[in-house]
Amino acid sequence: MASNGPKLLPAAQLDALFDALQRRGYAVVGPRLRDGAIVYDELKSMADLPIGWHDRQGPGRYRVEAGGDRALFGYTVGPQSWKKYLFPPHETLWRGQRGENGFAIEPPPPPPRRAFIGVRACELQAIAVQDRVFTGGAAVDSRYAARRKEIFTVAVNCGVAGATCFCVSMNSGPRASRGFDLALTELLDAQRHDLLVEAGSDAGAEVLAELDAPSAAQADHSQADALVAATAASMGRQLDTTEIRALLYGNAESPRWKAVAERCVSCGNCTSVCPTCFCSDVQDVTSLDGSTTERERTWASCFTQSFTHMAGGSARVSTSSRYRHWLTHKLAGWIDQFGTSGCVGCGRCITWCPPGIDLTEEIAALRADAEKP
Amino acid sequence: MNADGSDPWVPQPWRVRDLRRDTSDVFSMQMAPLEGVAPPFKPGQFNMLYQFGQGEVAISISGHAPDGGILHTVRAVGAVTRVLEQIAPGTVLGVRGPFGNGWPVEELRGHDVVIVAGGLGLAPLRPLIEWLALHRADYGRVDIIYGARKPADLLYPTDIARWQRDCNIRMRVTVDNASPGWPGEIGAVTHLVPSIDLDPAKTLAVVCGPEVMMRFTVLALQQEGMEQSAIYLSMERHMQCAVGYCGHCFYGPHFICRDGPVFRFDRLHGGLIVPEL
Repeated sequence: MASNGPKLLPAAQLDALFDALQRRGYAVVGPRLRDGAIVYDELKSMADLPIGWHDRQGPGRYRVEAGGDRALFGYTVGPQSWKKYLFPPHETLWRGQRGENGFAIEPPPPPPRRAFIGVRACELQAIAVQDRVFTGGAAVDSRYAARRKEIFTVAVNCGVAGATCFCVSMNSGPRASRGFDLALTELLDAQRHDLLVEAGSDAGAEVLAELDAPSAAQADHSQADALVAATAASMGRQLDTTEIRALLYGNAESPRWKAVAERCVSCGNCTSVCPTCFCSDVQDVTSLDGSTTERERTWASCFTQSFTHMAGGSARVSTSSRYRHWLTHKLAGWIDQFGTSGCVGCGRCITWCPPGIDLTEEIAALRADAEKP
Repeated sequence: MNADGSDPWVPQPWRVRDLRRDTSDVFSMQMAPLEGVAPPFKPGQFNMLYQFGQGEVAISISGHAPDGGILHTVRAVGAVTRVLEQIAPGTVLGVRGPFGNGWPVEELRGHDVVIVAGGLGLAPLRPLIEWLALHRADYGRVDIIYGARKPADLLYPTDIARWQRDCNIRMRVTVDNASPGWPGEIGAVTHLVPSIDLDPAKTLAVVCGPEVMMRFTVLALQQEGMEQSAIYLSMERHMQCAVGYCGHCFYGPHFICRDGPVFRFDRLHGGLIVPEL
């Protein structure tokens, strides 16, 4: 009998899920190993997953290594996030053609249907945050909304925490609690290798019903719960968010900003890898004869001087002011603007910062300075 | 999508009907949509003006123009505005907008109003002044202090004459560098604030100009007994999207484009004191 309840899929049969998604017209994208990192890309089948690969992360450090096992999801988050699909680094907003009445504008083609497989809880939260940014206000970003509508989300509950992870502090993981169609928990030990599959939406329940797999038993749920609890207990970092708005707004002139600026190289890596950073540049790319133009939107970083360029010069010239802006906006301004922190605790900005600047350390230092008598 | 179903990213075609030079580097364009009339705007709002193939700039709305058009006053200072300066009347530009919140015309009702403008800051204030002139009986005393770098940089001379002559508006004009024969004041706008003899109990102030000018104008108004909550100013930041996605105009927790550009001073994050916010 077909059931919508949680099922237990042998890990070796994950291709059944790929098939079900591909039959529905989804291009499946998920983690795969490339150039020494686990990135998100198109997957033909489960064989494209980084099977048996693990990652080691630290401030300014990322390495992958073969773990000698068959784990499908034995790593945490890499340099990329799903942002690259929902809010691409480079996109055409419209094309324009010079014409009789000045110009005519045509919209870009509709977006593809994509199934995300391997979305972590912190990343679900990041997607929910960007949903608020692009579709929660009075002016809805039509391109983002169109892409978002075509996404099927297969989450993975984390079975391991990275050294730069702090989702527990940001209340975003390690268990996927909402915002997914299906959620997987990988149960891997000497005796077994299974995936506990749960539905989080009607679309997910429909796919789950198609999987030829037995219902999960209480013991499977217990093992999954214990796994996620162990992950939660082994976070590599923590961030104290108590009164964080007051802490940041009230310490805009702390000497700590200058101190961090001595290490910050203003490269913008943190904003590129951050799954919620949403700033963009919009510019027109025009053909040489001036007859056609494309309005391009590309990711922008608040760490560049040109970011705040006005007729009178840049508003934020110093590196300290840019770092302060980024961190204050991420952890405080976002709450005022969108009712949620901009940080999901994924730790990417720590791992991919060349000098290894750690925002959890910076907040702790600001707090310590502020509490000094 | 905008509330009306249109896409906030897509410019609508407008024709420039008239372009005239105000000063050596400032010009004003009268423009109107190819179809229909300009959408209603609130004094203090802005549009994104687009020259095909060149790019887009945020320009405040400076007033109505004949036959359902609007007026934009622009300083030729960047890549796009220097191109706009050269276009011929009849050119079709793209327009997105209007955006932003605008001046608090309702809050000002029943109050004495002090308007302080620095340089091109008079451009977004012009529709407010015209509003006050049109609904003059709804407002108390209206005083304008307007400062420019030099006499040749003063905008809207015929309007200024009309406001004083026909609209019961008192106006003080000052320049940083006078030329021979200049009959007006010399020096910063802040020096003229005490001469208004304002009554802080019933006065609201609106300020627009360079940030440093606004900062010191606020101080001068406070010296006259005004509360921070009685002072409004219009902020400027780099803008690209105008609807709160692109992030360039962040100022603390504010999107200048969406939450502003007009802010009540006590609600403006940081109070213009912390540099590089």
